[in-house]
Amino acid sequence: MHHPGTNNKVYKKINDNFEWSSENFKKISEIIKKYPSNRIQSAVIPLLDLAQRQNNGWLSKNSMEKVAETLSMSYIRVLEVATFYSMFNLEPIGKNFVQICRTTPCWLRGSDKLSKVAQEVCETNIGETSDNAIFTVVEVECLGACCNAPMVQINDDYYEDLDEESFKKILQDLKNNKSIKVGSQIGRKSSQPERKFDA
Amino acid sequence: MLKEKDKIFKNLYGFDDWKLEGAKKRGIWSNTKELIKMGSEKIVEEIKNSQLRGRGGAGFPAGLKWSFMPKDSGKDHYLVVNADESEPGTCKDREIMRNDPHLLLEGCLVAAFAMHAHTCYIYIRGEYYSESSNLQKAIDEAYANNLIGKNACGTGWDFDIYLHRGAGAYICGEETALLESLEGKKGQPRLKPPFPAGAGLYGCPTTVTNVETVAVSPTILRRGSKWFANLGSANNTGTKIFSISGHVNNPCNVEEEMGIPLKELIEKHAGGVIGGWENLLAVIPGGASVPLLPKSICDTVKMDFDSLKEVQSGLGTAAVIVMNKSTDIVEAIARLSHFYKHESCGQCTPCREGTGWMYRMMEKMVHGNVEHQDIDKILDVTKQIEGHTICALGDAAAWPIQGLFRHFRPEIEKRIQERNKRVA
Repeated sequence: MHHPGTNNKVYKKINDNFEWSSENFKKISEIIKKYPSNRIQSAVIPLLDLAQRQNNGWLSKNSMEKVAETLSMSYIRVLEVATFYSMFNLEPIGKNFVQICRTTPCWLRGSDKLSKVAQEVCETNIGETSDNAIFTVVEVECLGACCNAPMVQINDDYYEDLDEESFKKILQDLKNNKSIKVGSQIGRKSSQPERKFDA
Repeated sequence: MLKEKDKIFKNLYGFDDWKLEGAKKRGIWSNTKELIKMGSEKIVEEIKNSQLRGRGGAGFPAGLKWSFMPKDSGKDHYLVVNADESEPGTCKDREIMRNDPHLLLEGCLVAAFAMHAHTCYIYIRGEYYSESSNLQKAIDEAYANNLIGKNACGTGWDFDIYLHRGAGAYICGEETALLESLEGKKGQPRLKPPFPAGAGLYGCPTTVTNVETVAVSPTILRRGSKWFANLGSANNTGTKIFSISGHVNNPCNVEEEMGIPLKELIEKHAGGVIGGWENLLAVIPGGASVPLLPKSICDTVKMDFDSLKEVQSGLGTAAVIVMNKSTDIVEAIARLSHFYKHESCGQCTPCREGTGWMYRMMEKMVHGNVEHQDIDKILDVTKQIEGHTICALGDAAAWPIQGLFRHFRPEIEKRIQERNKRVA
């Protein structure tokens, strides 16, 4: 199953130079302070995350080289980290990165139906980006919200307690640039037993 | 059933304010200075007496683990909190971190003091974005109120907490892989020994411990180890957060006494199995890594470390995955095999090659697309993976399959026969 985060190849297109934005540059000095001064390589994951956010959700060769330069690491050390962790995308993704949890607890509650809905509404296959680059839809392994299954992560946020209808609505609202409600879609507070709704 | 007054996690669902003000109302940070004044030896002694066992899966006695830290090594000591919660079925630490982060932070201070550590890293899984922002806000509040930082809580102990976000690798929940990841490398487990208590993060003495274990420790000290040890049964004491997911009417996280019967847990808190108890097929009682239990065992089994071990399963993270009779049990386990294939770090050959092979085999078994002797072959392979890898991921990949064949072998044999009839 294709996933931009489990791809082990550096993207063929080498884009324009990658420079840290001034805002991120400030953040970097804050991040590096967390680690002993002779151990700043520890900051490689936070910095790759920062670079990915600045680069529209994926890591180009230039951005990884920048991280290596910032932390005085060799490029290959950064690349091996970027390929190892699934949250680092090594190819461009759409504006909404839809990650559908497929592991057993979500599957038991109907995650495969959500995959079908996503393919219909987003007009793309699992593991691919839609032609208009609004959606990238992937199936991922357990996201750790099993008591709120089935659930989906879109960019940074979790959407929980879904069914086909509510998920369809979320995707359509995203398509139409409407705001959507994060978290449980049936109005319960985190993972409380549902019967206490009115408590 | 656990009484309201014995609950440690009073804001598990987030009905109250999770910020400092709300936390103080729930008694967190109220007398931390006195707890620290007990001295590190007394703290470790109390945790030992409470018989608290690690809540991250292995169930190692927490007090004993803390006591492994050297007293005076001349190096920096580290406390690393494992918040890389990725075991399928488990979502308890998430609720602690977003709804009661100060409980965790106070625990960090107490635990770190007990192991002579001035620095604590909390390694949270990367996908938990909103949880990490809540936790970071709580850390900032604690610094601003001098609860941590220089002279934390006025105890004279300097203590820093740093939040470190991971990037989506299940294996980083293994303690040495987590340390590798924290050092900025691929998360591949280290050979032990040396154990982290001797040479862990940056080669310094380190203890890696689960969020829930740390979060319960201040309450144990406050209310006394006797109170904690009186809950549950000997060697399986205290309370535990159970994550109940799958085919139940009300999936939820709930704090309960250790040793609660599985049936009572599901019926009282999760609204029962969908279609009633008679409709139950099987339960995975402790997260994806432990073998499943058929209904006949679920009828009577108690939820604690020793009782579940007796029935050849385990408490693990206490993530109860319930499956009723509508479930294709072979596919359920095949999905877990896919999970392990995806998450194997690739360091040890038996696991790297074995998880992929087992997944492909399991996918064929779903459709009965194998021969009868293949069942013994896959069981043989699971035995060859188990115990032959650096970390426990190989074991964790093997156990669900062993559990399936232990209890549901006729189901697969039936599928093979049906398929043979179709082909013939």
